[in-house]
Amino acid sequence: MGKLFDELSEDYRVKEGLKTCINCGTCTAICPAAEFYRYDPRKIVDTVQRKDDAEIEALLKSDTIWYCGECMSCVTRCPRKNGAGLVIMALRNLSIKKGYFTESEKGRQIYPLTKALNGNILNLGYCVHPLTFAYADHPESGPVFEWVLKNKDEVYGRLGANYRGNGPGALREIPQEDLDELKAIYDVTGGTERLELVEQYSHAKAQEMGMTDEEYLKYTFEYCSNKHFNNEG
Amino acid sequence: MIYQGKQKIWSDYQKEIPDNHWFYVRSCIRQSFFPASERYFLNICRDLLGKDIYETEHHTTCGGIAYHSDTIPQETAMTIVARQFALMKEAGYKNLVTSCITSFGNYTEILETWREFPELEARIRENLWKACRREFDKPEYLAHASDLVYKFRHEIASKAKYNLVDHMTGEPLRVVEHIGCHYSKMFPHKGVGGAEYPCVLSGMVDSWGGQVIDYPERRHCCGFGFRQYLVKANRGYSIANTHKKFESMEPYHPDMIITNCPGCPYFLDRWQYVISEMEGKTYGRNGYGIPVFTYEEVAGLVLGFDPWDLGLQMHQVAVEPLLEKMGVPYNPKTKYLGLNGKEIMKPGLPTVLKCC
Repeated sequence: MGKLFDELSEDYRVKEGLKTCINCGTCTAICPAAEFYRYDPRKIVDTVQRKDDAEIEALLKSDTIWYCGECMSCVTRCPRKNGAGLVIMALRNLSIKKGYFTESEKGRQIYPLTKALNGNILNLGYCVHPLTFAYADHPESGPVFEWVLKNKDEVYGRLGANYRGNGPGALREIPQEDLDELKAIYDVTGGTERLELVEQYSHAKAQEMGMTDEEYLKYTFEYCSNKHFNNEG
Repeated sequence: MIYQGKQKIWSDYQKEIPDNHWFYVRSCIRQSFFPASERYFLNICRDLLGKDIYETEHHTTCGGIAYHSDTIPQETAMTIVARQFALMKEAGYKNLVTSCITSFGNYTEILETWREFPELEARIRENLWKACRREFDKPEYLAHASDLVYKFRHEIASKAKYNLVDHMTGEPLRVVEHIGCHYSKMFPHKGVGGAEYPCVLSGMVDSWGGQVIDYPERRHCCGFGFRQYLVKANRGYSIANTHKKFESMEPYHPDMIITNCPGCPYFLDRWQYVISEMEGKTYGRNGYGIPVFTYEEVAGLVLGFDPWDLGLQMHQVAVEPLLEKMGVPYNPKTKYLGLNGKEIMKPGLPTVLKCC
């Protein structure tokens, strides 16, 4: 048994999600990601339960663990009540803790995700909010949402939201005292430390790749090579 | 035989849903893309059905999207949720109802993990006390808002002004129901009807006169996939999954789609727009798309609320053909008005997808 496996075993998602995998492949058959990406959750779970540290380290540095969409369809169908999606979450967590995530294209995307989502949580109290949902980043939201974003006060106001207002209601401004509590939760539970870690490893990788942090942010958000897909040669 | 099998599975997944007194927590995505749905959920429950649903301004995101995008540790996510539970306790409530499916899955996963690993729950209690000086009780009952609308579906039907019926022919509308993955795929016994035969939406459709369509990819994910949509480089995953569902449902000619997750209606609506732009293909009749609704919007239409008060102008796929089929009146001139009837600019039009 290796040290990486020991660390993984401490994660409650591995305790919940990895019992005795019989390698039947049901998870792969049902997996939306496996149909799209060169991805096989059966192999990942099998690699983990073989407890070989070199293999696990290679996984943590690979694109493979970042293909899952965490829909958890695999959990429903596993005949042994394993959760490949939960094992993936634990692998991702360990990849970030070790700084291995910057070794893969898909792993490096943790940087824009971390900045956007945690910026929203700590500054606004929401994971997603129209104030930070830029149409340029989301052309798929369509001309109708471009219209919404240009007329936020009018549209949300008409539809009964309490947009940026006080008191309860949709899209209200969350009081500063509550945002302060969220920050305190991050400080106490390792959330703040995680943000700093991602920042630090990403900054180092940006330098290695000859980019500023801003260039790296845009690059990791937008760049997609053609090596990931089942239908690519 | 097959029917009997389904009946047995269904009987295993009955869900007790208390009748009243709920502490309500909102959804980041539903507020942003379907704000009127949350408004009408509260209106229907409070004003129409006389239920006590309480909301405090002090609740926040549950952090579920950040958690499932792997950007916060599990203990951070759990402690944010523990704070919501503390607010519920402080307000004197024991039942928690959430607008979001990701939140519902998140809360369920946390409660189940704590049940199995009490030492973790104890650590979260310490975390919350250190960070916020708050203490929490776990909810006696946890529901998704669609569970409540399911529970009250017959009362809603008894007050209906319109049914899910073609008003010219009397034929039931053909309805695709799409359940958010995190409603019951991880913990089937927490959802009405389980994961394989969830009844939470099909029960509403049956009660309101529609006909539920079965199709091969009925249980397939909409394709959100958290990081697979949120990062621009990954969105091929997201649209590919929606595309797979639409190709699968197309031969069954659905009139509409009803959903219970806040994200799914956004993806199923917007990716139809993108598919039309990329491939020139539309899935509805005469160049329109298949309109996608939240369950609150469908309940609101059945109850006779104005379609634009329900926020249906925030959809990219036009809803007017369906309104006409149901016989629901609407005023095209008021569709894109702002607050208090103010004239504001109108949205641009897609290249291919027909809009009204």
